Amino acid sequence: MIKRIVALFAVLASLATWAEAQEVKVGVNLPYTGIGAEFAQLVDRGMELYLKLNADKVKPYTIKLIKRDVKNPGGADAKIAVQELLTQENVDILAGWIYSPNAIASAPIVTAGKKLAVIMNAGTAHITNMSPYYVRTSFSMWHAGYAMGEATSKILKAKTAVVGYTDFPPGKDSLAAFKRSFEAAGGKVIDEIPMGGAGAVPDFTPFFQRAKDKKPEVFFVFVPAGDHAAAVVKTYAALGMKEAGIKLIGPGDITQDTKLQAMGPAAVGLVTMHHYHADLDNPENKRFVAAWKEAYGAAAVPDFMAVGGYDGMALIVHVVQALKGKVDAEKALEAVKGWKFASPRGPISIDPVTRDIVMNEYLSEAVMKDGRVFQKVIGKIDAVKDACKEQKIGPCAPK
Amino acid sequence: MLLGGIAAGMILFIVSVGLSVTMGLMGFVNLAHGGFAMLGGYAIVLAMKHWGLGFVTALAFGFLATAAASVVLERLLYARLYRATELDQVLFTIGLVFIMIASLTLRFGPENQPLTLPRALQGQIDLGFVQYRTYSLVLIVTGIAIVVALWLGFERTRLGAQIRAAVDNRRMAESLGINIARLFTITFALGSGMAALGGGLGAEFLGLDPQYALKYLVYFLIVVAVGGLGRVTGVFFAALLIGVLDFVLKKYLPQGGPMFIYAVTIVLLLWRPQGLFGGKAA
Repeated sequence: MIKRIVALFAVLASLATWAEAQEVKVGVNLPYTGIGAEFAQLVDRGMELYLKLNADKVKPYTIKLIKRDVKNPGGADAKIAVQELLTQENVDILAGWIYSPNAIASAPIVTAGKKLAVIMNAGTAHITNMSPYYVRTSFSMWHAGYAMGEATSKILKAKTAVVGYTDFPPGKDSLAAFKRSFEAAGGKVIDEIPMGGAGAVPDFTPFFQRAKDKKPEVFFVFVPAGDHAAAVVKTYAALGMKEAGIKLIGPGDITQDTKLQAMGPAAVGLVTMHHYHADLDNPENKRFVAAWKEAYGAAAVPDFMAVGGYDGMALIVHVVQALKGKVDAEKALEAVKGWKFASPRGPISIDPVTRDIVMNEYLSEAVMKDGRVFQKVIGKIDAVKDACKEQKIGPCAPK
Repeated sequence: MLLGGIAAGMILFIVSVGLSVTMGLMGFVNLAHGGFAMLGGYAIVLAMKHWGLGFVTALAFGFLATAAASVVLERLLYARLYRATELDQVLFTIGLVFIMIASLTLRFGPENQPLTLPRALQGQIDLGFVQYRTYSLVLIVTGIAIVVALWLGFERTRLGAQIRAAVDNRRMAESLGINIARLFTITFALGSGMAALGGGLGAEFLGLDPQYALKYLVYFLIVVAVGGLGRVTGVFFAALLIGVLDFVLKKYLPQGGPMFIYAVTIVLLLWRPQGLFGGKAA
């Protein structure tokens, strides 16, 4: 009898440790409140939707998300949150990062903590060089900026451009990327206008008036998606720049899906280069958009941030499966390299050298179709790598 | 092209004039003034969005609703602090601002509330010699109409004379039988209502989110400091000056960001501490 009880306890104990090994803790940092709350919601929903739709792919393991609010784009909050996730929650994997300064500030902690860290939005190119554990499933500013510079010259046949950008790291990155490829292809950037910070939406009128007076063929604008983007399109229309023959172009932040319909006819004619928008025509995206609407309401629409979260979670699930639930950072990095996935944005993979994403870039034009603004794909570049790290430019050169 | 700057100046004027008058009249440092502009802006934009009110009707609604709310706050809270020190007033009003910010975030979320202008006010208008943004011109005309109305009200009506008397010498005005408490309430309501108008009219340029009350407070205070306390015309010209300077500097020297406008303010105030148009004693 006693032997039986002991045996039973032994079985129970082993079951308990087995169950413990099955749970993988993912520490998420996102700006759940404050000015970035909309962005956090999109990434968060992207992650949750992947887990919901792919419950059978997660089994026999469970993924527990531990969420921390980092409302300030300045970096300090994120550093504290990441430290707490590592030391108090003992998470196995880190994820999140909307704002570049937050990812930059967290880098030393991530390196010291030795955990896989999946960046789901922050797009400043050199961030992935700052810690060997950073892996990015979103984008680098150079993906769209560099491709757009080339397309502006070769497809839009423009010779002169004015660049307006929000004055923080990804803005400067976007300007550098566009300028480099546009001028290499024979174009000329005739003016560069810093347009206020990321923390608050400025009145864009003086900056746009300046751009209009310079009479460029195209006006390349990088601002953070969201309210900044809505204000850009409004000001562009109100100042009559379209009628003056100046084309508004930029990365897809200015035509963010969640803001696009509210922009209405003012958005028609905008040309953007980006890796995702909800109108992309491929089976994975059709399923993704339909599932999104079913989960979050018919009026809801996913965007590039949502896809960053969705694909990031797909990568995490892949790592958990490959390592059988025991996520060791060094082995995880091996599992990440060469990972391939059929994303709603098209085929993606992680570059084994830079740990940054490789994906298609789509050149799109906003048109009216069936009473709504529709993003029509007019050009596509396959398997684009981050040009900044490819060409080892400035801070993107390995240390 | 100065029109853009003049339009921005008009918004500054409409919001700030109430602050100048209440500060000049009551000697009350009301840092929550931007908060009233924000509340008014929300009332106007949301009334248009949810109740389908027209732009002008919504503006009138925002003016009245904010003025009414401010009377309640003035009687309940502000009136108790009229004789308090300036530090107490500052602490009280800044606390009120934080409550306003938190309540709006809780109720409507942190995002921007877009103002949808009537079709007729969107886009460009041809003035013969130049094409310009219709709404900027509407703002300029509205601003001029308001300053003329306020000036007439101040100079030509009994109420205006009472306010001027109270600003210049409160004790003398009181001993002449002017009911200062009632005058305070009316002026405060008018000032808050004007702020609400500014919040709604300016939403197209300044946006409207819960941080509005603090984000632009510095600009409103600069205008009042430069224009002088309790001076309608002073505030008008100061707002135009700041609006135009800010616009021109941002356009021609965008690298400087908002630094220049603060530098200009410091120089102006060192030169004339009482404000560009203020009297000696103000």
